[in-house]
Amino acid sequence: MGKVEGKTSVPGVAAVPLGGAAARASRRRLLDRESFLGPVMILPAVLYVLALVGVPFGLSLYLAVSDAKIASTGLGHFVGLANFTSVLRSPTFLRALANTFVFTLVSQVLVLVLAKILATCLTKRFYGKSIVRFLILLPWVAPISLGTIGWKWMLDSLYSPVNWVLQALHIIPASSWPMWFGVRELAMASVIGVHVWRLLPFATVIILAGLTSIPKEVEEASAVDGAGFWSREFHIVLPLLRPILTVAGLFGIIFAFTDMTVIYVLTRGGPADGTQVLSSLAFFTGILGGDLAGGAAISLFLFPMLLIVAVVMLRIARRAEVA
Amino acid sequence: MRRRSARYIAGRVGLYLTVSAFSALLAFPFYWMFLATFKTDRDLYDLKNNPLIFNDHLTLANLKLLFERTLYTTWLWNTFVVGVTVVGITLLLALPAGYALARLAGRWGEPLGIGIFLTYLVPSTLLFIPLSRIVALLGLQDSLWSLVVVYPSFTIPFCVWLLMGFFKSIPKEIEEAAMVDGCSRARAIVQIIMPISLAGILSAVIFAFTLTIQEFVYALTFITSSGEQTVSVGVPTNLVRGDVFFWGSLMAGCLITSIPVAILYNLFLDRFIAGFTVGAIK
Repeated sequence: MGKVEGKTSVPGVAAVPLGGAAARASRRRLLDRESFLGPVMILPAVLYVLALVGVPFGLSLYLAVSDAKIASTGLGHFVGLANFTSVLRSPTFLRALANTFVFTLVSQVLVLVLAKILATCLTKRFYGKSIVRFLILLPWVAPISLGTIGWKWMLDSLYSPVNWVLQALHIIPASSWPMWFGVRELAMASVIGVHVWRLLPFATVIILAGLTSIPKEVEEASAVDGAGFWSREFHIVLPLLRPILTVAGLFGIIFAFTDMTVIYVLTRGGPADGTQVLSSLAFFTGILGGDLAGGAAISLFLFPMLLIVAVVMLRIARRAEVA
Repeated sequence: MRRRSARYIAGRVGLYLTVSAFSALLAFPFYWMFLATFKTDRDLYDLKNNPLIFNDHLTLANLKLLFERTLYTTWLWNTFVVGVTVVGITLLLALPAGYALARLAGRWGEPLGIGIFLTYLVPSTLLFIPLSRIVALLGLQDSLWSLVVVYPSFTIPFCVWLLMGFFKSIPKEIEEAAMVDGCSRARAIVQIIMPISLAGILSAVIFAFTLTIQEFVYALTFITSSGEQTVSVGVPTNLVRGDVFFWGSLMAGCLITSIPVAILYNLFLDRFIAGFTVGAIK
């Protein structure tokens, strides 16, 4: 930020006291030049982010082709694509890759459908709306590791209230309560369910913002023309909502594709790597397993997806700018 | 006429049912934390009891255990220290950048702003391995300062984007009038723009602060000793040890941390969402 002169000076160049007046005036003139002031104000932020996002990204490209271990202090030796070939031969990695896609796709489809329903409800007027808004936002605004701990107990314990309710509703028998994290399919369903729970509020408020931006006249006119609820939904509302649904979907894809918190807290990737995803496998390999190079190679598989999402996002932003 | 009103009533009932079902499902874990916080062990661990209500008198024993016999207060303090320092660094760098992108960068402002925002989307799970090496090189492993250095890498992009949008909404004429009167640009920023931007700055503060409270991956990766951890890692990793679960205290720790964050966040949510719609809404 530009320097402000001492408190004694009144606005205007003429008020600068004698000593060093010329230097101060020239500095002031320099700061008044927008072509100089602009970059000076922007650069520190850009440099900080480059140093902590760009440099580590470059380093991870290097680590992925090295043999660096967490125990050794240096950066290891160049080993070419050895890490990638060994990763691609590992069944655990292939399982994690498949899980990542299943996890992302299933959770995002569920999130978008449920969020659209909830957002449509929230455009209506009803009693207690502000309380409802607070309640449905909780999963998104509370720290995710803590919310997930709540679910861990609710599912995986001798005292699971989820099982208790299912039993009370006669959906499951008292004799055989399911082991939610003991069977691969159930564990995967739990992880996806918690993720849907976590991302639903975010998608809902974004879609709600989109819904409220549709002019009332559009819906009214179509209602007058005799269009029913479903026909209005599919022919008018959803097409108008497409850009915002895309945005909500893209953010959701990034959050789901790269998340490891839910899985780490809930299942630790288990049972037997059954719910392992790319990011959690990278953590177990690179940090807990001490194989930095292998972990870096695994986490780099996240990058192509991020690149695709970023390109689509830029296109939307550009289209919005032109319009 | 009567048919229409019957339909209307059905619609209202459907609306209330749907909204209640969503609220119940989404808020249930927090209700559960609330129950577990105040339940006695006898109540909590009796399978014959209905788990959804209190069956015994309420107790403060879980809270007492949490505050007196765990490091919970240390984690709260650590989180606070990291949060405040990160917010400071973020404002120092993001305020000038956000202003300059909105006002001084001309046609480069928008694309550059989007570029900075996109770095917010680079996930911690892509960077934590190289960053752990960098943190080690800086001699910051197992120290809170590693988080202070790394967290601005995601709070700055987000806040620059947020503040850029905010400064754009302030009419240019305000500074221009001041500058015609002989005030320098820098002075106009500090004395005129900053005071009327307090609401925008406050929302940036809240978001930077809540993002640091929520962060999990870096805190888990860089810090191993319990005394240096933040709440989001300390509670789930230390209160669950092997097969010994301090469930009541664990849930209390989750609840006490979550609710204030949720309330803060809620106050500024609309601005947060506006930041995420990336111009897809006009």
